[in-house]
Amino acid sequence: MKLTAVWAIYRYEMTRFFRTLLQSFISPVISTSLYFVVFGTAIGSRIQEVEGVSYGAFIVPGLIMLSVIMQSISNASFGIYFPKFIGTIYELLSAPVSFLEIVAGYVGAAATKSLFIGVVILGTASLFVDLTIQNPLAMIAFLVLTCVSFSLMGFIIGLWAGNFEQLQLVPLLIVTPLVFLGGSFYSISMLPPFWQTVTLFNPVVYLISGFRWAFFGLADVPIGISLMAISGFTALCLGIIWWIFRTGWRLRD
Amino acid sequence: MAPILQINDLKKTYKGGFEALKGVTLDIEEGEILALLGPNGAGKTTLISTICGITMPSSGSVTVGGFDTVAQYRQARSLIGLVPQEINLEPFETVWNTVRLTRGLFGKSRDDAALEKILRRLSLWDKKDSKTKELSGGMKRRVLIAKALSHDPKVLFLDEPTAGVDVELRKDMWDIVADLKRDGVTVILTTHYIEEAEAIADRVGVINGGKLLLVEDKTALMARMGQKQLTIELREPLASVPAGLAEFDLTLAQDGAALVYTYDTKQDRTGITALLSALSGAGIGLRDISTRQSSLEEIFVGLVKESAA
Ligand SMILES: Nc1ncnc2c1ncn2[C@@H]1O[C@H](COP(=O)(O)OP(=O)(O)O)[C@@H](O)[C@H]1O
Ligand SMILES: [Mg+2]
Repeated sequence: MKLTAVWAIYRYEMTRFFRTLLQSFISPVISTSLYFVVFGTAIGSRIQEVEGVSYGAFIVPGLIMLSVIMQSISNASFGIYFPKFIGTIYELLSAPVSFLEIVAGYVGAAATKSLFIGVVILGTASLFVDLTIQNPLAMIAFLVLTCVSFSLMGFIIGLWAGNFEQLQLVPLLIVTPLVFLGGSFYSISMLPPFWQTVTLFNPVVYLISGFRWAFFGLADVPIGISLMAISGFTALCLGIIWWIFRTGWRLRD
Repeated sequence: MAPILQINDLKKTYKGGFEALKGVTLDIEEGEILALLGPNGAGKTTLISTICGITMPSSGSVTVGGFDTVAQYRQARSLIGLVPQEINLEPFETVWNTVRLTRGLFGKSRDDAALEKILRRLSLWDKKDSKTKELSGGMKRRVLIAKALSHDPKVLFLDEPTAGVDVELRKDMWDIVADLKRDGVTVILTTHYIEEAEAIADRVGVINGGKLLLVEDKTALMARMGQKQLTIELREPLASVPAGLAEFDLTLAQDGAALVYTYDTKQDRTGITALLSALSGAGIGLRDISTRQSSLEEIFVGLVKESAA
C-alpha cells in the first residue's frame, strides 16, 4: 500500500471539510440541543428513567449513533460521487493506485469527519446531562468502527449512484428508518414481544446496543454479538467494494 | 532501444456491443511526438483511455516502459501523464491543491519547488491560489497539463489539447509540446486539425473507424503521398487542352486562363521540362508559373475516404 497516495486523497478531501469547519461544528451543536429540548425535556419529563439511567442520558449514545451513521453515509457517498459527477474520476482511474488506497483515502476522510461530529455531539450533550462513560475504550472503538463501516457503505452508495436522486435514495428509504427504529430513543425491552423479534433483524440495533453498553453497562443484546455484527458489516462492505473495483462495475466501461 | 510504448492488437468493445477499437498495433519510440489524426468518433479517446486505465481492453495488450498496463499497472501508470479531452476540474479547488493532489496520487513525495517550476513554465504561477472555476478555458487546459506533468511522466497523452482553443493559445500549446520534447518526454497527441499534426509531430498516425490506417514519418508521409501541382498562367485563354498536349496530365483552370499540371514528386522525371518545351512548340505563351505541394489534409481526406469505401 502506497501511503503517499492515501495521504494525498485524505488531505485533499479534508481541505474541503476545513473550509466549512465552522458550519460543520455549529450544525451538530444546534441539532443536539434541539433534541435535548424536545426529547430530554418534553418527553423525558414523563419517562424519567430507563433501566436506572435518566432518559436524557439514555438517549445520548443513540443520538450520537444517529448522527454519525447519517454523516458517514452522506460524507462518503458524496465524496466519491462528486468526482464521478464532474469527471475528475479519470484521475483516480489512471493513477497507479490500488482500490485499497482509494478506499483508505476517501473512507478515512469521511470517517474522520463523522468522528469529529460524534465528538462534538458528545461534548454538547454533556452540557445538558450528567454523563459517565463506564468503558471509554469500548466507546471509542464502537464509535470509530461505526464511522468506518458506514463510510464504507456510503462509499458503495456513491459508486453505485448514477444521479443525485439515487444518492439520496438509500439513506432516505433504508438507513433513516433503520436508524430511527434501531433503539436510538428507547430500549428494545419497551416494545411488545413481537416487535422485539422483528427488531433483531435490524443491524443498527446491535450497534446502538453495543455503544450504549460502553456508556452505561446495559445492553439490549450481548456485547459480543454487537461486536460480531459490526465487524461482519465492515467485512461485507469491504468485500463489495473490492468486487466493484475488480470488475470495474460503474467505474470503468 | 525498445519502444517506450507498445500496443499489440488492442481491441475494445463497449458494453453496448460497439467495437471502438478493432485491433490497433503501434510502437512509439522514446522522445518522439506522435500525432493521432482522426475524425470525431474515430476511437482516439478510446485508445488513450484504454492505455491509461480508464477503460479496460477487451483483448490485446499495451506495455509502457516494458510494463504491462493491466498486470503491472502501478509501474506502467507511474510513467504516464494524461491530459483528458474534457476539462474536468473541481471548481472550488485551488490550482495549487489540485496539482498537488495529482503528484501525491502518483506516489511522488511532496516537492513544492518542482511544482513551482511546472506552474511557472505554464504561466500559472500567479494563479496558483485561484479557484479553478475562476480561470479561463485556456488556463484550465493549462492546469490539466500541469497536473499531468506534476509527477514527471515519461509519456504524456494530450487528448485534443487545442480543440476549441483560439489561435494564439494553440501556438502556445505547440511551444509547450516542443519544450517537452527537448526534455525527452514522449508525447502522443490526438487532433483533428491537420495543421497541428503538420506543425509539431515527428510521426503521424491516421485513425478511423477504430483502425489505424497508417503511421508514418511526417515528412516521408508527405513526400510519399505528396503530389505537386504546377499552375501555368497563359497569355491567351484556351477553350480546351490542345490535342498535342494530351500525353500530359493537364486540366484547364481559371476559365481557360491557366493550365494545371499534376505530377508526382517521388518520380525521377517530373515531366516539367518536356511539358514546357511542348507548350512553346504549340505556340502557347506563358505569363507565370507556380507550384503547390498537396497538404497533409488532402492526404488525410483521401485516406479516410478510402477506408470508408
Ligand atoms: N463509454 C462508451 N460507451 C459506448 N460507446 C462509446 C463510449 N465511449 C465512446 N464510444 C463510442 O466509441 C467511438 C469512438 O469514440 P472516441 O474514442 O471518443 O472517438 P474520438 O475520440 O476519436 O472522437 C464513438 O463511436 C463513440 O460513440
Ligand atoms: Mg475524443
